[in-house]
Amino acid sequence: MLEAAHLTCQRGERSLFTNLSFTLGAGELLQVAGPNGSGKTSLLKLLCGLSPPVAGEIRWQGAPARGEDFRRQLFYLGHQHAVKEELSALENLHISAELAGEPLTDVEALDALARIGLAGREHLPAKVLSQGQKRRVALARLLVSKAPLWILDEPLTALDVAAVDLIQSRLAEHLANQGMVVLTTHQALQVPGVTPCRIELD
Amino acid sequence: MSINWFKYASPATFYPLAGKLIPLFYALAAILTVVGLYISFFVAPTDATQGEAYRIIFIHVPAAWMSMFIYLLMAMWAGLGLVLNTRLSSIMAQALAPTGAMFTFVALITGAFWGKPTWGTWWEWDARMTSELILLFLYIGYMSLTAAIDDVRRADKAGAILALVGAVNVPIIYFSVKWWNTLHQGASVSLTRAPSMAKTMLLGMLIMALAAWMYSIAVALSRARLLMLEREKSTAWAQEVLEQKS
Amino acid sequence: MLTTIIRRDLLLAYRRRSDVLTTLFFFVIVVSLFPLGVGPEMKTLRLIAPGVVWVAALLASMLSLNRLFAADYQDGTLEQMLLAPQPLALIVLGKIVAHWLVSGLPLALMAPVLGMQFDLPPAALGILFLALLLGTPILSLIGAIGAALTLGLRGGGVLLSLLVLPLYIPALIFGAGAVEAYSAGLSPEGHLSLLGALLILTGLAAPWVTAFALRIAME
Repeated sequence: MLEAAHLTCQRGERSLFTNLSFTLGAGELLQVAGPNGSGKTSLLKLLCGLSPPVAGEIRWQGAPARGEDFRRQLFYLGHQHAVKEELSALENLHISAELAGEPLTDVEALDALARIGLAGREHLPAKVLSQGQKRRVALARLLVSKAPLWILDEPLTALDVAAVDLIQSRLAEHLANQGMVVLTTHQALQVPGVTPCRIELD
Repeated sequence: MSINWFKYASPATFYPLAGKLIPLFYALAAILTVVGLYISFFVAPTDATQGEAYRIIFIHVPAAWMSMFIYLLMAMWAGLGLVLNTRLSSIMAQALAPTGAMFTFVALITGAFWGKPTWGTWWEWDARMTSELILLFLYIGYMSLTAAIDDVRRADKAGAILALVGAVNVPIIYFSVKWWNTLHQGASVSLTRAPSMAKTMLLGMLIMALAAWMYSIAVALSRARLLMLEREKSTAWAQEVLEQKS
Repeated sequence: MLTTIIRRDLLLAYRRRSDVLTTLFFFVIVVSLFPLGVGPEMKTLRLIAPGVVWVAALLASMLSLNRLFAADYQDGTLEQMLLAPQPLALIVLGKIVAHWLVSGLPLALMAPVLGMQFDLPPAALGILFLALLLGTPILSLIGAIGAALTLGLRGGGVLLSLLVLPLYIPALIFGAGAVEAYSAGLSPEGHLSLLGALLILTGLAAPWVTAFALRIAME
């Protein structure tokens, strides 16, 4: 269970939100909505532990959401792809999986890349891929991650309809396995069989 | 009985308190400077070997002392700010830095003025002067770093790390410079190893050092007040202060 | 984990070979400029050689520091590193080792060749190499702290040099001093052991400090 209690977040002098509280249980999806600059990404970074809140507390399974044990159970997809231009799609996937402590075999990695629609491009350096394809390289980790808590910043941008469907069904699968998802998106989200909770930031 | 020290660390308490203390420290600094300078110039005897020129040490030595003390003090405040997350500590660290740099600069300049009549050169690469120069670089690095970061909290913490790394390095640098100096058989005359220092000389130096302390405290406090007001301008107490002033 | 990061950074450096060569060429050019500025008299050149090579190594290593975290910061990989379930200091150490292999070790290997231009005797060349071998990792380690502190700041490059160069001074003194001591007929052992001690000290402390500074920079 992920609990946020009385969170306050500041960027520079500006206060983005104050006294924000919510709980997210197993199998639940939380959609953070709001206009640009309302603090969606800041909230996600707070939840990951990348930045500390000015006030308030975040707890994971009853303990403060910090440290290596928490990070092992977290999958975070940031605003940037974390995809290296000089490395191939396959190398990128291998390295990011290893970094997250979930190393993949070549077969698993190739399978994930094929499913996300990068078959035949596994060995191309990422710099020749299109924006959407780079996004897919980053999202391939979503297909193989076993972490229970997913925090995704705009996972659906720059994707075509087929890829959006794939991601949404993967989200549904993850939630059905008692996973948890926090995400931001500007697009309409349709995860089969799930009603997302929403937080509206302004 | 226990005193709640954190109460004094809160800006709303600190600001008016510091405001009352600053004139006091300035006054003490002025009195001590007058007394110190009087002793330095009229009471202390003329040096047998160096004549009147040696009198510059009454400014040089206290300045050199201060430059090192203030660096350590700054690192201590910065470290305290990092560990306890108290805003006042980080502000104090940043308020001290320019004063420390100023004393370092004064020590270098007066060292040069003393070097000219004594050794015949403005600059001598002796261990102390060289260390002092490096200390000035460390101050400049700290001030540039905190100035370059817009986010106040990041500036505090990054500055603290640099100050602490610098503080750990100061003895290493001093030792290595000394080592380097002996290898190259550089100048063996040291500014502070003044021959057979008379009691009045020592007294003058101590009083000047005390004056420098008082001045440093006064300047650092007034700088801290400004920094505090700037950072907290949206809070209730700062608004009150600003209204009273306008 | 350590090997993963080292392998990754080496692979990246290999794909961007020109960056590595730039550092090395910079080193060669700076060292070669000195005889032109000082004059070709071998007696003088022999005297200044260790210092010149060391100062050039300092500058070259510092120039490459900018890239240590900047690319990972810009493309979001650094966020992933901060969120990895391994200690960040270990990842940082991996990056520092890779940085040294790419931009420190080549300088040490190149130094004896440059030393010949300055007419250093063979034994002095060996000591110069040894001193740089011990000293350049110190430069990468200390530099990493500076690179983390100035991450993402405007004017970060110049600022970085302001922070890092004064901290390089002990390494410079012991490193160049080792060769000078030999030339003066003394044993360079003292200098080299102090350099080794400095390496151990920074090796133990710098990865943690850098990791801490990175977390602050990313808040």
